[in-house]
Amino acid sequence: MSLLSNTGALLGKELRTEFRSRELLTTTIVFILIVIVLFSFTFDPTSDESRRFAPGLLWLAFLFASSLMLQPCFLREQHNDTLSALRLSVSDPFAIFLAKLAANTLFLLLTELLLLPLFAVMYNVPVVPVLHWLVLVFFLASFGISIAGTSLSAISAQARMRELLLPLLMLPLLTPILVASTEVTKSLFDRAPFVQWKGIGFLAVFDVVFLTALWLFGEYLLEE
Amino acid sequence: MWKRAMTGAIVLFLVGAAAYASFFIAPEEKTMHVLQRIFYFHAAAAWAGMTAFSVCFVANLLYVWRRSEKWDSLGVSSAEVGLAFITVVLITGPIWAKPAWGIYWTWDARLTSTFVLWLLYISYLLLRTLIEEPDRRALLSALFGIFSFIDVPIVFGAIRWWRTQHPAPVIMGGPGSGLEPTMRKVFFFSVLALHALMVFLIAERYRLEKLRTDVEVLRREAEAI
Repeated sequence: MSLLSNTGALLGKELRTEFRSRELLTTTIVFILIVIVLFSFTFDPTSDESRRFAPGLLWLAFLFASSLMLQPCFLREQHNDTLSALRLSVSDPFAIFLAKLAANTLFLLLTELLLLPLFAVMYNVPVVPVLHWLVLVFFLASFGISIAGTSLSAISAQARMRELLLPLLMLPLLTPILVASTEVTKSLFDRAPFVQWKGIGFLAVFDVVFLTALWLFGEYLLEE
Repeated sequence: MWKRAMTGAIVLFLVGAAAYASFFIAPEEKTMHVLQRIFYFHAAAAWAGMTAFSVCFVANLLYVWRRSEKWDSLGVSSAEVGLAFITVVLITGPIWAKPAWGIYWTWDARLTSTFVLWLLYISYLLLRTLIEEPDRRALLSALFGIFSFIDVPIVFGAIRWWRTQHPAPVIMGGPGSGLEPTMRKVFFFSVLALHALMVFLIAERYRLEKLRTDVEVLRREAEAI
């Protein structure tokens, strides 16, 4: 029970910090917008072409954005010297990770859902009929990105060149997420949309595997 | 010294014998002819590389558990050697693919995930260069190594989950797959030879790492005086 209440309290702290300034959300949204516009120059965004390329584009944009968004996750604690206090305040360090990754999932999901309508309009892809499936994919993928990204940002925060290091550690590890979510999204954007359960299952397995790994090894990541 | 030289000579002999066997003993394959002979080194190097990464994974786990320096040294040694073998796989692959498929590289799941695996271990070694403090470097890189290794089953899964141009697994690939008996013998001999080479290289690299740590300790002591 204490794990849940600790996580809840820490999640409240993460959300309060972010929603006071909304720095993370604003910068990420602007970043994705820039990427979406820049991508439109790399191919002819007609309806047919978009169906083929848009899902990959969308997920690449989200993945790159998340490697920026997850950066301050532990760095902020380190700059403010609050990591030790944080560790002392909870009985199980897993609560710190759980709170941070829940917050990150929420931020990512929010960004994705805010940008989806714009993306749909600009790239001519119909999203309304498959919206509930898209939300499921967005959730599973964002959760996976946050699990791996939060753990890795705890590692990169303790190294030199940390801003450059996080994407280098994170992006190769998240390739399975990119592949699976792109495949599922592609089948949802199809002329005759269908749900690719294989990909959804794959995302769920990734999430469970990495969450278990984090649960097992998380405490060592925060060792002094 | 003599023992090391002898071991080296035996390993060299084994690798030479494997090369001889794959060129002269293994029968010619029906469609790809002489080309197929690269298989004995391509696939065997992949197996040896995977074994080296498994050793790295076990060493990483043992470091997190026991916190002994030797596990950290074994971890970095096996990661480097595994990376060398996977590099061989990534080089021999295109050499084989060009005449067999008509292209050097295709972005199918197996090739891509091998490449991603290679990148992960590059990141592992890179991470080690970016953390100064030895204990922290050992612990954090061990943890990253553990996370990376979790990617390995996904590599093997990918060949079956998404359709691929890479041949279906020939060994342990289920009904309809399999090698001709002599080919099989030559292949497993190659696997043995490359594993011997891998173990030898890891042992040598481990020795080097130990010397480096000793020098580091001596230097620190000298500075303290």
